Amino acid sequence: MNEIVLTTKKAIESGHSLGIWRWEVPIYLFLGGLTAGILIIAACMILKDKEKEFPFSTNKLILLSPILLSIGMFFLFLDLDHKLYVWRFYTAFRITSVMSWGAWILILVYPLSLVLLLATVKKGYTEYYQKFSTWLKGSQYNKLSPIIEKLINWSEKYKKPVAMATIPVGILLGIYTGILLSAFSARPFWNSELLGFLFLVSGLSTGAALIILLAKEHHERIFITKLDIGFIVIEAIILVLYIFGMLSSSLQHIDAIQLILGGELTPVFWSFVFAIGMVIPLALEILELRGKAIPVHIAASLVLVGGLALRFIFVEAGQISNWLPY
Amino acid sequence: MNSKTKKYAMVIDTRLCVGCGACVAACKMENQVPEGLHRDWIVEQVTGTYPNLSLEIRSERCNHCSNAPCITSCPTGASHRKEGTNIVVVTANKCTGCKACMASCPYNARFVMPDGYVSKCTFCEHRLDEGLEPACASACPTHAITFGNLHDKMSQVSKLLKVRKYKTIIPEAGTEPNIFYLL
Repeated sequence: MNEIVLTTKKAIESGHSLGIWRWEVPIYLFLGGLTAGILIIAACMILKDKEKEFPFSTNKLILLSPILLSIGMFFLFLDLDHKLYVWRFYTAFRITSVMSWGAWILILVYPLSLVLLLATVKKGYTEYYQKFSTWLKGSQYNKLSPIIEKLINWSEKYKKPVAMATIPVGILLGIYTGILLSAFSARPFWNSELLGFLFLVSGLSTGAALIILLAKEHHERIFITKLDIGFIVIEAIILVLYIFGMLSSSLQHIDAIQLILGGELTPVFWSFVFAIGMVIPLALEILELRGKAIPVHIAASLVLVGGLALRFIFVEAGQISNWLPY
Repeated sequence: MNSKTKKYAMVIDTRLCVGCGACVAACKMENQVPEGLHRDWIVEQVTGTYPNLSLEIRSERCNHCSNAPCITSCPTGASHRKEGTNIVVVTANKCTGCKACMASCPYNARFVMPDGYVSKCTFCEHRLDEGLEPACASACPTHAITFGNLHDKMSQVSKLLKVRKYKTIIPEAGTEPNIFYLL
């Protein structure tokens, strides 16, 4: 037997789970992944001039990127314990800290999204743009009008190079959250380099799901559904490899992955992440493509639920897994 | 690190430690550690099958690892090494409370202070500056805790590690801890 008694308390009253990251961090990871998916898909659409075939993805989607990311960063801010010093993230760049990489990548997303938004706003949100433009010319700020016109023209001219730059930034955004967790070797459950790709593909899948929910054109939905089928299949493959990787690693990793292979998180993981988030939407989407009359919103919503559940379960599982039993 | 810098280490004799907790109390008082939080703690580990049982008692704390993951994972540089030593310290006004360091420590040695920044054992650097030992080493009634500079070949810690069998906690975590437990 191996019995451990702590006669005085441990450093933190962590008990069963490290318990440092609660609900705020999984919600941010979900929104970050969603933003990454949106950035990549929107940038690819803009690059390939797909506005006739896929008007929503090309001209309207990019607006969601800064909005969703800002909401995500707000939740991240809520998680900080020393909130007044949040600005310290931006007075240093620590090359060995993935969290430092992330802080700066998040900033990079905004100017790129803004340029792509300006480049597509005239076609994507025509009536809003007209109304805003008319109001601006009539208001006391009418001097700004030519400046904004210039910015929009400049953005429209350079939208392709900017879109090309946005794709790697979107990929980085999608991957870094996984690498952030996997770099913590002290938490065996997260300790696989595949986590970055798992979160990226999940982000792409949830991004596609959001497009399916919001786009109105039927053949746009069909195309994005085909994309989503691909993303879900890849996500399932990465998940299987993730589990294999853990099982063929050290004892700490084998013990850690038991959390979803018979341990306490097994039922929630396989029902919410795998069944509800992957298998059922995949089946529904394939049936939709075969012509069955199924509302597209069901599969898309299930994918979003599954993506959120993936983040929640993984964040908690990593904090339960450990090297020391105390 | 060259030999001009100090490589501080603690050598704790598990045969002398009785688990009294004087080190815990002394540390609390010396460093004003808030209620419910601990910079050091006692672990009693019983192994074997009755009647062949063996008991090991350890006083544990931050190991001030030579390959500290808490330093590499800190996004602001708040977690850093004290100049000229291997002591890992936290600059409170650089800490954002992101808790990346807490996630990266395999020994779970860090905690969040009520004010929001992260804290842990500092080897009583303020006492070292005055030529004193850490409070836990001073208070130990059995003199189980020896503190010193491993780069000094004549120091008590260096000599103990030459003469006695010792271990570190989960060395396979790869952090190169600097607290050694004499067996």
